[in-house]
Amino acid sequence: MNKYALSHLQQLEQESIHIMREVAAEFERPVMLYSIGKDSGVMLRLAQKAFAPARIPFKVLHVNTTWKFREMIEFRDRLVKELDLDFEEWINQEGVAQGIGPFTHGTQKHTHVMKTEALKQALNAGQYDAAFGGARRDEEKSRAKERIFSFRDRFHQWDPKNQRPELWNLFNCRVNKGESIRVFPLSNWTELDVWLYVHRENLPMVPLYFAKERPVVRRNGTLIMVDDDRMPLEPGEQPQMKMVRFRTLGCYPLTGAIESTADTVPKIIEEMLRSRDSERQGRVIDFDEGGSMEDKKREGYF
Amino acid sequence: MSYAEEIDEQGIEGYLARYGNREMLRLLTCGSVDDGKSTLIGRLLYDSQMVFDDVLAATQKASDRFGTTGDDLDLALLVDGLQAEREQGITIDVAYRYFATDKRKFVIADTPGHVQYTRNMATGASNCDLAVILIDARHGVLEQTHRHSFICSLLGIQHFVVAINKMDLVDWSEDRFEEIRSAYSEFAARLNVRDIHFIPMSALKGDNVVRRSDQMPWFQGAPLLDHLENVHLASDRNLVDLRLPVQNVVRPDLNFRGYAGTLASGVIRVGDQIAVLPSGKQSKVKSIVTFDGPLQEAFAPMAVTVTLTDEIDISRGDTIVAPNNAPDLANAIEAMVVWFDGAPLRAGSRYLIKHTTAQTAATVTDLRYRINVGSLHREPAPELVMNEVGRIRLECARPLAADAYSKNRGTGSFILIDRLTNATVGAGMVVERKIAKDAISRRGTSADAGSNVRLHGKRQITPEDRKARLGQEPFVLWITGLPRAGKSSLAYGLEKVLFDQQHHVQVIDGEILRLGLNRDLGFSGADRWENQRRAAELARLNLSQGVSTIVALVSPMAFERQEAKKLVDSPNFFEVFCDAPLATCEERDQDGLYARARAGEIANVTGVDAPYEAPKAPDLRLDTAAQPVAANIDQVVTFLRNRKLVR
Repeated sequence: MNKYALSHLQQLEQESIHIMREVAAEFERPVMLYSIGKDSGVMLRLAQKAFAPARIPFKVLHVNTTWKFREMIEFRDRLVKELDLDFEEWINQEGVAQGIGPFTHGTQKHTHVMKTEALKQALNAGQYDAAFGGARRDEEKSRAKERIFSFRDRFHQWDPKNQRPELWNLFNCRVNKGESIRVFPLSNWTELDVWLYVHRENLPMVPLYFAKERPVVRRNGTLIMVDDDRMPLEPGEQPQMKMVRFRTLGCYPLTGAIESTADTVPKIIEEMLRSRDSERQGRVIDFDEGGSMEDKKREGYF
Repeated sequence: MSYAEEIDEQGIEGYLARYGNREMLRLLTCGSVDDGKSTLIGRLLYDSQMVFDDVLAATQKASDRFGTTGDDLDLALLVDGLQAEREQGITIDVAYRYFATDKRKFVIADTPGHVQYTRNMATGASNCDLAVILIDARHGVLEQTHRHSFICSLLGIQHFVVAINKMDLVDWSEDRFEEIRSAYSEFAARLNVRDIHFIPMSALKGDNVVRRSDQMPWFQGAPLLDHLENVHLASDRNLVDLRLPVQNVVRPDLNFRGYAGTLASGVIRVGDQIAVLPSGKQSKVKSIVTFDGPLQEAFAPMAVTVTLTDEIDISRGDTIVAPNNAPDLANAIEAMVVWFDGAPLRAGSRYLIKHTTAQTAATVTDLRYRINVGSLHREPAPELVMNEVGRIRLECARPLAADAYSKNRGTGSFILIDRLTNATVGAGMVVERKIAKDAISRRGTSADAGSNVRLHGKRQITPEDRKARLGQEPFVLWITGLPRAGKSSLAYGLEKVLFDQQHHVQVIDGEILRLGLNRDLGFSGADRWENQRRAAELARLNLSQGVSTIVALVSPMAFERQEAKKLVDSPNFFEVFCDAPLATCEERDQDGLYARARAGEIANVTGVDAPYEAPKAPDLRLDTAAQPVAANIDQVVTFLRNRKLVR
């Protein structure tokens, strides 16, 4: 490549930085949604780069369903301290009071109350007018059409037919009171790009991404890790130690592990390149009909 | 080669090192519902092994339900995303797909070909390097082919691939291919596209998409993917004109003040002299700061933070440029616009304009014509409705540092926003500079050069002849200062003294101009600048006649004074600063100008609600507050005498 050319990773990085700076400049109360996963990790690094030498000029918000892997929360707390983040955790207390959980109420209800509703509560409480999310267009077919700036009405709803055209790098940041915009600075990144960037930047990642012997049970063909004693075992079910890792991280009862020996970032990249399955394959919530993600998004799921 | 083979060959570390340096190509696919566009994209993804097994299984399921290809996998379903559109069998929006080969990462903007979705095409095209125009070999070049091609060229795409698809349905006929090729070439001669490439293919069968076709041995060219991997992009970027629109001012503490932004074009280096628009203030680049450490230089499209050696006032919306290569600073903009909104665009409508990082109010003063996107004809039009394209003139509340879109995508593009609904209602591409500026550029070919002797063929008397006849060395004094700073008193007093010395001299001030020559001008930013430009032109004409000129104008902006100096283009141009504090000027307010401004009766009065940028280094600075006019005149005469311009 010639001297005045950027590699695709650099180009993606510069574009994401541009997006973050636009949001910081034009919105009154932006917030970054942090999910502890690899995409969030990349997003945080990009935010550091966008505003250096200043501090990240907005709050970082984690919507905790209370069913996250313990290692995720440990990792999160460490990172918040290291990066000196302006951090906030939100838990849907009504859901907690009602004892909502994936085992007792099913995955759909749990996700709706502890994730979708919790997110809306948090955004309303903070009066945030822009929220960064780490979603990528390559994750799922309906996301391929998502704008980088995704307009949401007062009820946080997304209308796929009424989105603003996005030209060049000119983003229309205007919203009326109560309305908001979800911003996806990683829109043009793929899963491979994310891992390449993690590798290039040597970003810390939750250990769950790396293969290790962990106690798992097989349910409906999915390997579920027994992360705490809230997980009811079915008769005859016995957790087994297996070399596994996770391609995506969420609530532990809803996230399937894959058998793997990849315990370094290059090995993960190699495994991903050789793999024949997409990353969402391990997500229990996507297993319904083809358009399920789209339906959730209309409701306000990220 | 597949990923797995690559890794086998190079090891993962070798692969990572190589992959990290790949380029990115963004391409747009356009075609109508039946041209096989989704099939083509599906084929690219499928044949380049970018489809995962679980996705494939889901697609097979959908294929059984919605598929149109019998028992074969319907590749189009790999890319058709939303439920509603899947059921209607059409693509309703721009969708982005990603895949990579060992040479490049590709971003595909998949846009629909429907007539009502011009907006989506323009959106998709705005960031693309290359367009794939699909033509159904059975139907040949249709009106929609014209439409797609025009929009791609309007949005500045320089590389076209005309994919003549469904060759299997015309018996792989070379004659048919050639027929379509020549029909398209004839049409495309009217477009402004550098590089057009034709490929016969069958996306359905996989011929000439990723794999070379066995069915068309007569075609010597490369298959599509090969072409996409190798098309030369490096020279598409503008690395000549430094344009850094400021996004944010970074101020973590009192000791650091940086300006963050993405370079729209050009290269910036530590030590470079820069100017800031619209103020025209100059400084030097002290450092280029990034999270990863300081840089000596940065280039487009890098996102950086720069610090300067001087503390000057810079805010979001300003543009950092090279002083000798500045874009037009224009209130009035001529542009092509693609209209998106249900409510039509008409002359007189007001919007917000977002141009680089600047946002201001804008009025459409003219709708010059509409382009018939099918025939490319210009048509008179009272309004532009959704999905129409036309040429407009905009008058903006603040001057914008705009370049022509053909030279600079970043500083030549803008969006229009409805102030009530906040909808993005249009996208614009600057086609021409402000009219006043245009006149300046025409000057390069004009016969009337000032002191620079540029002789026109017909002219028999040179400026030298005239100087000899009049016996004087003519000059231009450009007097700037706040209203009531004493500019006119100085100018007329000086005129008398010089006249008495037999010197031929003329005074030009605001009153003289406004009452006659410039009767057509108002007091908008653009008109004020035009007022000054004409003064500068007059001074230049006088110079060529051997006559001196004293211009007395507020001329508040440093940048505009610099432009006037450039226009006169003579070593005998001198900037004279009547330096009097605002308070003194307000005391001398005989005609109540300041009073009325303070009372809010009139707007745009320099010193009150419009800025005055005092010259940093005038050729002559006069204290017009403490010194009497006579003393100031003496000072100027001495100045001129020292330069042997007067006796």
